[in-house]
Amino acid sequence: MNARAFWYRGVAPLAAVLVAALLLLSLLLLATGHDVGPALQALVRGAFGSSYAITSATMVRMVPLGFAGLAVSLAFRAGILNVGAEGQLLIGAAAATAMAVPMAGVSPVIGIPVLLVAGATAGAVWAGIAALLRLRFGVLEVISTIMLNFVALYLTGWLVRGPLQEPTRINPQSASLPDALHLPVLLDGTRLHAGVPLLVVVAVGVWWWLSHTASGFRVRAVGANAFAAQSAGGIAVSRTVFTAFLLSGLLAGLGGAVEYTGITYALYENFSPGYGYTAIAVALMARLHPVGVLGTALLFGALEAGANAMQRDAGVPSVVVSVVEALLILLVVAADRVVDRVGDRVDTPVAARAEAAT
Amino acid sequence: MSALDIGTGFLEATVRTATPLAFAALGECISERAGVINIGLEGSIIAGALGATVAAGVIGVGGGFAVGALAGVAVAAVFALFTVGLKADQIITGTAITMFALGLTGTLYRTIFGTSGVALSTPTTGVVAIPGLSSLPLVGPGLFAQPLATYVVMLLAPFLAWWLQRTHGGLALRAIGEYPEAAVAAGIAPRRVQALAVLFAGGMAGLAGATLVLAQAGTFVEGMSAGRGFIAIAIVVLGRWRPLGVAAAALLFGAANSLQTLFQSMGFTGVPYQLFLALPYVLTLLVLAGASGRAASPAALGKRVG
Repeated sequence: MNARAFWYRGVAPLAAVLVAALLLLSLLLLATGHDVGPALQALVRGAFGSSYAITSATMVRMVPLGFAGLAVSLAFRAGILNVGAEGQLLIGAAAATAMAVPMAGVSPVIGIPVLLVAGATAGAVWAGIAALLRLRFGVLEVISTIMLNFVALYLTGWLVRGPLQEPTRINPQSASLPDALHLPVLLDGTRLHAGVPLLVVVAVGVWWWLSHTASGFRVRAVGANAFAAQSAGGIAVSRTVFTAFLLSGLLAGLGGAVEYTGITYALYENFSPGYGYTAIAVALMARLHPVGVLGTALLFGALEAGANAMQRDAGVPSVVVSVVEALLILLVVAADRVVDRVGDRVDTPVAARAEAAT
Repeated sequence: MSALDIGTGFLEATVRTATPLAFAALGECISERAGVINIGLEGSIIAGALGATVAAGVIGVGGGFAVGALAGVAVAAVFALFTVGLKADQIITGTAITMFALGLTGTLYRTIFGTSGVALSTPTTGVVAIPGLSSLPLVGPGLFAQPLATYVVMLLAPFLAWWLQRTHGGLALRAIGEYPEAAVAAGIAPRRVQALAVLFAGGMAGLAGATLVLAQAGTFVEGMSAGRGFIAIAIVVLGRWRPLGVAAAALLFGAANSLQTLFQSMGFTGVPYQLFLALPYVLTLLVLAGASGRAASPAALGKRVG
């Protein structure tokens, strides 16, 4: 992408989309009888108003959103509409919780990685069900992954009332993770944990894999045009789709395990407030770019943290945030369609110039 | 409880839970025959449920159904604007529409009714027992002593089957889903037909939501659509895109939903209830897997047209 295209295809529409979403949110607040000024102030204060808000609200929410956003980005890049990050994340957290029992007393140097690997593996297996259904039986993954989200939700509900319930059997949640197995906290007095640098490393790794390896190239080729990849590129499409689907689930599952070992230290029914669904907006806003996901996950982490503050301080129902997220998706889609139409005209001279220069 | 009583209760519960699913799936069937897959159906259902809740308290049950249908149409209009108007991706748009409607209904519900925790109750439709038939053993209460909405859906399925196969409008609609180029050559405006089909499906989904509130729950709960929009899409596949097949498939899902009650009345209590809650979703997966190889989907389903 050249500099000009970066601005008019990348930055300008994003800025327009953000402003438009903010305006629509203000209208919605007005229509539901809230004071717009104080509500938006609470939103910003809850997200960025203090160092505690930044480290312990915004950045902490960025982590599960980032992992799930990477999962969605990778899948969409391969042409797989995996909207099951929510279920894969839950299953990842459940698997890590199940592994915590045998890991109690084990050195954290071994124990923590085992929990994370268990979560990632379980996420990949859960996504593998949808991958098999698509490749073997032609089941649309949009439907299968959503169905699996519901199954994961009820499975979690059963686990925390059955096999994984805490010993007193009073609360529908798992026993607390032993302190030794918590992800290290980076700054004393905050909730900022090692999941943040891990997310950055994984995001860069996914980007490097997609752009610098042969298997990453195959994934992008299949996503761009499966027919051409198979016929002209000689790429085994089914195997590539299967690999990408598993990796996508692995990332979401890892996100669940990181959330469990870094923040919640227990599994319970509403473990994820819809991180897997928000991740779709995170990925689309980042234009499916893995490093871009870091930025949009931070933005959505801020939005979620701010929404909580808005509910607490201004009485605005926090579910309003999913309206904003949906608006962002729709506005990005609309902006893309508009930019495509206008851009075709603007692109031509740029492409012609590039050709003349070579 | 006698075996006959248990069977009667099971049938009654099956038909009751199948009714909203059949409304949503019959609408989606029409939309998909026109080539548009609307994953945002869930959004129309929840909007219909809230619309019905608000209106029923003010203008009664009949008005509740009407406003519920209109709310479903309104949500579908946004979907149509993006997919038919802007030719945006149907799946991504549908996903966003579902998020949008779930968030908006939650916000509006809490704004209108507050979060006091006091259960809100709406008026509900009574059961209309058909004289004579409703006293038949076993099937009587299930088929002939149901709310009016159930009878509407029972009549709607054969009507839509007839309309699709036997009328000019039905032919035009099917042509666009199967072979848009030929339809355009025949002078049919594809985008107008698709937009109307999407709006119709939205209205049906709105009625599904209204049925949930006004004929069943008697109250609104955030997220009470609980994936029925997605199950309805699976029902369309199982019914092989034919209204009568869709109605039959809806009954199967109603039966899966009612198994929990059946097991309880038969005295099985050892099975975790979450298993029954998960059953319709697992069944959807199994059905979709089993339906493969018998591809009968409209050829241009999900493609950008016009």
